[in-house]
Amino acid sequence: MIKKEMIAMLLAGGQGSRLGVLTAKVAKPAVAFGGKYRIIDFPLSNCINSGVDTVGVLTQYQPLRLNTHIGIGIPWDLDRNVGGVTILPPYEKSTSSEWYTGTANAIYQNLDYMETYNPDYVLILSGDHIYKMDYEVMLDFHKANKADVTIAAMPVPMEEASRFGIVVTDEESRIREFEEKPEKPSSNLASMGIYIFSWPVLKDALIRLSEQPNCDFGKHIIPYCHENDKRMFAYEYNGYWKDVGTLSSYWEANMELIDIIPEFNLYEEFWKIYTNSANLPPQYISEQSVVDRCIISNGSEIYGEVHNSVLGGGVTVGKGSVIKDSILMRDVTVGDNCVIEKAIIAEGTVIGNDVVIGIGSEVPNKEKPGVYSGGLATIGENSKIPSGVQIGKNTAISGVTSIEDYSDGVLASGETLIKAGDRI
Amino acid sequence: MRAVGIILAGGNNRKMQELTSRRAVAAMPVAGSYRAIDFALSNMANSHIQKVAVLTQYNARSLNEHLNSSKWWDFGRKQGGLYVFTPTITAENGYWYRGTADAIYQNLDFLKRCHEPYVIITSGDAVYKLDYNKVLEYHIAKKADITVVCKELAPGEDATRFGTVRMNESARIEEFEEKPMVAHSQTISTGIYVIRRRQLIDLIEHCAEEERHDFVTDILIRYKNLKKIYGYKINSYWSNISTVDAYYQTNMDFLRPEVRNYFFKELPPVNSKVSDLPPAKYNPGAVVKNSLVGSGSIINGTVENSVIFKKVFVGNNCVIKNSIILNDVYLGDNTYIENCVVESRDTIRANTRHVGENGVKVVVEKNERYAL
Repeated sequence: MIKKEMIAMLLAGGQGSRLGVLTAKVAKPAVAFGGKYRIIDFPLSNCINSGVDTVGVLTQYQPLRLNTHIGIGIPWDLDRNVGGVTILPPYEKSTSSEWYTGTANAIYQNLDYMETYNPDYVLILSGDHIYKMDYEVMLDFHKANKADVTIAAMPVPMEEASRFGIVVTDEESRIREFEEKPEKPSSNLASMGIYIFSWPVLKDALIRLSEQPNCDFGKHIIPYCHENDKRMFAYEYNGYWKDVGTLSSYWEANMELIDIIPEFNLYEEFWKIYTNSANLPPQYISEQSVVDRCIISNGSEIYGEVHNSVLGGGVTVGKGSVIKDSILMRDVTVGDNCVIEKAIIAEGTVIGNDVVIGIGSEVPNKEKPGVYSGGLATIGENSKIPSGVQIGKNTAISGVTSIEDYSDGVLASGETLIKAGDRI
Repeated sequence: MRAVGIILAGGNNRKMQELTSRRAVAAMPVAGSYRAIDFALSNMANSHIQKVAVLTQYNARSLNEHLNSSKWWDFGRKQGGLYVFTPTITAENGYWYRGTADAIYQNLDFLKRCHEPYVIITSGDAVYKLDYNKVLEYHIAKKADITVVCKELAPGEDATRFGTVRMNESARIEEFEEKPMVAHSQTISTGIYVIRRRQLIDLIEHCAEEERHDFVTDILIRYKNLKKIYGYKINSYWSNISTVDAYYQTNMDFLRPEVRNYFFKELPPVNSKVSDLPPAKYNPGAVVKNSLVGSGSIINGTVENSVIFKKVFVGNNCVIKNSIILNDVYLGDNTYIENCVVESRDTIRANTRHVGENGVKVVVEKNERYAL
C-alpha cells in the first residue's frame, strides 16, 4: 500500500507566449534563468527542500527540453523507488482523447496518477515563478485551520492589484471574497497560484466540473469551492516572489541577481536550488577582460567586457566586445568588437563581429508591442546574426539571418525579423 | 569491453607538504573544477572501459566523497561499475596495503571474477588524456607481457622523481630504474601499464608468495629480462602532480590556451562529479586578468594569473597574484596573496599577507570561519 501525505502537481504545459521568441521552441518552465538554471528548478527545488518527494509535472507545449532537463529527477533527488518525479503529458484514452484544455482539466485528466499515491493533500504549483518557499509550513497552516483549500497569497502594491486574482480575508485569514483581476480591488492580497487542497475536496470539485470547458483553477475550481462554503484560507507569504511571465519582468528578475547582496540569493547554504548541471570546465577571464557586476557560469571564456549582465555556461565573448545589461544564455558566441546593450539572447546563438545591439530610440514593436517592450532586443535560440549589423530596441530576431535581411545593415527599433519555423 | 581498469590512488606523498595531510594525492583539486583522479577515470570511460577499481588507503574520506557514484563518469552499475577498495581485515590478512602489488593482491578476487582479458593499471595523480585502446592494440601487436606507457621528458627536466627506462630499437625495455639518484635517461614511466589479466594474477600471486609487495621493483624491474616488457611512448600532455611545484605548474598550465583547449574543448571530454553551485559572481571592484574561476565563487577584489577553485570568496581590495586558491576558501578584505597555494576550506583573515618568496608557498591557516 502506497501512502504519501502530500503530493505536488506542477503545471508546466503553458507556452508563455508573452516571452516571445524565447518560448518559440521550449515551454516557459524550461527557459533559462540566472545563468545555469531553468525556471522550473525553483518549484522543483522548493518541493524537495520542503520534503515533498512526489511530483507530477504536467507538460504539453514543446516538452522536449523540459523532459531532457528533468530526466528521472536525479538533480533534485527525485529519483525515488516510490514517488519521485513523473512527467505527465496528455494521453489517448479509450473514450475521449483531448489535450489539456485548462489548468484544472490537466489535473483532472491525471486523477489516476494522484489516486495511486493515496494522498491526504495535493499541492498545485505552476512552473513559472521564481521564489523559495517551504510548502511544509504552508501545509501546517492548512492543517491548523482545518482548511479545505489554502491559497498562498502575497501583498502587492494597491495600484498593481488589478492585475492579479485578489483574495479578501477576515482577521483569521479565512477567505471571504474573490476578485479575478478586479478594476477596484478591495484588498491587495494577490493569489500566487499555489494551492493546497485536501484531496477529497479537490477530487470532488474536479469530477463535478469535469464537463466545464477549459476548466481552470482560478476561474472555476476556486469559485466552485467558495460557492460550496468550503473552508478556504489565505496563507500570507512575504518573501521574494517574481512572476517572470513577460520579457521585462524576466529581464528584471535576472538583473536583481547581480545586486551585491541580492534579495533572492543563490549563494546561501540554506534552501539550495538544484539544477541539471552540465559537466563544464571553469570559466576563463582573459588579460584584457573587464568583469563588472555580473554573474558568469562555468565553461565561459571572456575576452571582452561584461557589465551588469547574466551569462550562462559555455558563452564566448570576443575581444573588444562590450556586453551591458544583458542576458546571454548557454553557448552563445559573441564575436569581436560588438556592443550589446539590453539584450536577451537565447541558447546557442552566434553573433558575428562588429555587431551593435540596442541602438536608436525606443519605438514600440510594430507586430507585438505588448510582448517586445522595455527597450529590449530579444534573440531566439540558435539564431545567427551576421557581422557588422546594427539592431535597435524593442526588436525580435529568430533564425539564421544574413546580411540581406537587414536593410542598410540595420534592423531599426520596433522591427521583427523571424526567419524560420513558427511565427511567434 | 576488453579490459578492466585499476587506479592506484593509495598514496600519500611528503613532497606535497600540508596539502595531502587531509587527502590522498588523487583527490587533489586540479584546474578549477576537477580532481586529479578525474583524468584517469575519464580516460577509462572514454576508452569504453566500464569496470574500474580504485585502490586507496591514505586518508580516503575526500576521495570516497568524490567517488560517491559511478554515474559521474558513466560507468553504469550492472555491466560495469566503479569499485573503491580500501584495506579490510580478513581471516587471512590483517595488513594495510604494503605496496602497489599487495594492494592488487588483497583484491585479487575482484580480478579473478572479471571476464575481461586485459587489465589497464594507472595512477590517480596524473593529468593527461589517453585512449587506452591504442595502448592495448600496441600491446597485442607486440605480443608483450607488459606494456609500460612512457614519456620523454624535455632535456633538463628532473627525471629522478620518476622511474626511468631505456628501450632498445624495438621498444623493449632493457633498463628500468625507480627514482634513480642520477637519471641516465630522460624517458620515464608514466605509471600506466597494460597486462593480460591471467598474467597479472600469476605475477601478483607469485610476488605475494615471496613476500614482495611493490609492482615496480618486484614485478617490472625483477622480471624485465624474463618477461617481454615494452614501452609505448606518448607525446601528448602528461603531468604528474605529486610535488608542490609540479602541482602548481600543472594548474598554471591551464591558463595557456592550448592546454585549455586540449582538455576543455577537444573531445573526448574530462568528466567530474558535478556540484550544485551557482554561477560565479563578480561584484563592483572585481578586476580579473588571465585567470580561471570556478563556480560558486564571489569576487570583489583583484585576481591575476591565478586559478580560483569553486566557492571561493575574495573580499574587497584583495590582491591575488600567480596563486592557486582551492575550494571553499574565504579571503578577508585587503588580503595580499602572491605565489601561493591556499588549502581548501581555509579562512584567511582580513589584511593578511602571504607571499611565496623562494618558490611556491603552501598556506594552511586554520582559522574559524565565522569568528572573524
